[in-house]
Amino acid sequence: MLKLEKRPQPSRSWTYLTPLLAVVITMIVGGALFSLMGNNPVEVIRTIFWDPLFGEFAFYYRPQMLVKGAPLILIAIGLSLGFRAGIWNIGAEGQYIIGAITGAAVGLAFYPMESWIIFPLMVLAGALGGWAWAMIPAILKTRFGTNEILVSLMLVYVAEQLLAKMALGALKNPDGFGFPGSRNFQQYPSGHNAEIIAGSGMHWGVVAAFIAVIFAYVLLNRHILGYHIRLTGQAPRAARFAGVRPTRLILFCLGASGALAGLAGMFEVSGPAGQINIDFNVGYGFTAIIVAFLGRLHPVGILLAGLLMALTYIGGEIAQSNLGLPAAAIQMFQGMLLFFLLAVDLLTNYRIRLAKAEAA
Amino acid sequence: MDLSSINPTLLLASLLVAATPILIAAIGELVAERSGVLNLGVEGMMITGAICGFIIAVETGSPLLGFIAAAIGGALLSMLFALLTLFALANQVASGLALTLFGLGVSALMGQGYVGIKPPPTPKLDIPLLSDLPFFGPVLFSHDLMVYFGIALVAAVWAMLKYTRAGLILRAVGENHDAAHALGYKVVRVRLMAIGFGGACAGLGGAYISLVRVPQWTEGMTAGAGWIALALVVFASWKAGRVLLGAWLFGGITVLQLNLQAAGVAIPVEYLSMSPYLITILVLVIMSSDRSRAPASLGRIFHASG
Repeated sequence: MLKLEKRPQPSRSWTYLTPLLAVVITMIVGGALFSLMGNNPVEVIRTIFWDPLFGEFAFYYRPQMLVKGAPLILIAIGLSLGFRAGIWNIGAEGQYIIGAITGAAVGLAFYPMESWIIFPLMVLAGALGGWAWAMIPAILKTRFGTNEILVSLMLVYVAEQLLAKMALGALKNPDGFGFPGSRNFQQYPSGHNAEIIAGSGMHWGVVAAFIAVIFAYVLLNRHILGYHIRLTGQAPRAARFAGVRPTRLILFCLGASGALAGLAGMFEVSGPAGQINIDFNVGYGFTAIIVAFLGRLHPVGILLAGLLMALTYIGGEIAQSNLGLPAAAIQMFQGMLLFFLLAVDLLTNYRIRLAKAEAA
Repeated sequence: MDLSSINPTLLLASLLVAATPILIAAIGELVAERSGVLNLGVEGMMITGAICGFIIAVETGSPLLGFIAAAIGGALLSMLFALLTLFALANQVASGLALTLFGLGVSALMGQGYVGIKPPPTPKLDIPLLSDLPFFGPVLFSHDLMVYFGIALVAAVWAMLKYTRAGLILRAVGENHDAAHALGYKVVRVRLMAIGFGGACAGLGGAYISLVRVPQWTEGMTAGAGWIALALVVFASWKAGRVLLGAWLFGGITVLQLNLQAAGVAIPVEYLSMSPYLITILVLVIMSSDRSRAPASLGRIFHASG
């Protein structure tokens, strides 16, 4: 009989090894599924994980890693703060949409004026929009004890409707011949989140993502607030005795993750996406949950996990066009990754021992 | 605007239909939560059930087989959750989210070739005399069988929890798993069954959307119904009877806003479409002042040490 024995402390080496193990298992099981669907598994895995980095057209795909990774990292960093403290913001997708709407609205309000101040104002508006949207579950939780998981998630659907309304109504391009969607920021230099170095994929959102990683690292390791977050997650009772105020922590964690998600949305709408439209959001807010866990809720881990997840997005697109692999297969692949990660996490917290049968 | 175009008889009749999927999913989740397991994967299990049921119903031409397949599909997916939380002792919130993300992907993959197809119609009840009654006929006696099945299921769960030994054990496990374990009840086995039941119900609820309510298959078609079902359990304070009330309330709002859209009220369509979600939040706020009724072991990991 196998028996689980709780480790006095989570194993250090397994903490680092389990994400890698999960990726390997996902590749094997995913490959098996792809071969069941009639594809050559080695070819599919190579297309997803190898071609974007070292394949023939890698010069085109490598910058895409940053473009796709930045929003994921930005959102996941925010989520990880709350997840560590047991505060579950799973409505980042909604905050991402609202950040994009408010950021774009400010930019479009200035159109066609040209000034250096416009873009910083848009950044501010995006962060504020996401923050405000996240404050709804935060305040409802602190004032009334309402479950933040359900409220933040419901607000995603509300935000999607709002996005549709904006794309067809208030923010619609007046010169757009009646088509849905706002003006394109790529044709509005003051509001365009352009690449800082052309062809590198490096836009301001990437810069913001790196800054967020550094800030989160310092916060969690060197600041009392970060210590409180970790303490609340690991020993809520001890945290209360130590004088940690849960209300402040909830407002901070949800607010920070909302602001970061809003920023991600704003950088996306003013750069890669270009405009507010009905199909603007592609699920970064949900994929970021996988990124946060895969990165072990650790800033550096999230950086790596975000890049890996960006790789599966890009590789998935290549596999879609070259091998005819359906887009949903990649979505399933990403879900599987989180599954296996949670499963192998057992090894971090427990020892598996062979136990002799004993009388019950 | 023409409010007179809204027919109260049809409104009440479609209310029951709109309430059924979230009713069935919520009653399943209620059983799981009463055993102490918070499964946030309802949305994933519903959409998987929706596509499993749809495929089987289209291929065999029998909606009944479709519903059975949906229940099996939902239950199978929920076993993944059980594996993670009961045996790998993973965090229930994270595992539930994983289930939803995975379910959305799997269902989209399975549904590739089934977009734009019409499923075989589910037969409706037609009792001579009763179904022909004015008002009561269309409202109460001329629905498909799943509507009545859902209501019967609620009654059965209510009676099971209140009057049977099995219900008592389930509640004991949910309130204090260590004490239940010490009394010799098999905590893991009870929870495994509760999770499976919850999965089967979520699958049925999903299939009701794809086979009766809509009826066709589109990606992500459950559109948050699973999350509303989760909110319903909180709304019901973990009591079976109140789930029925809550489901009718949400069903009513959904139907009413659709009717208002059709009647051309001056409120934009998008704002009307938001209303079920906003009302869910409002109801959650009102209900959350009273949290004493949640099962005490809800969301906690059970590990029999010793």
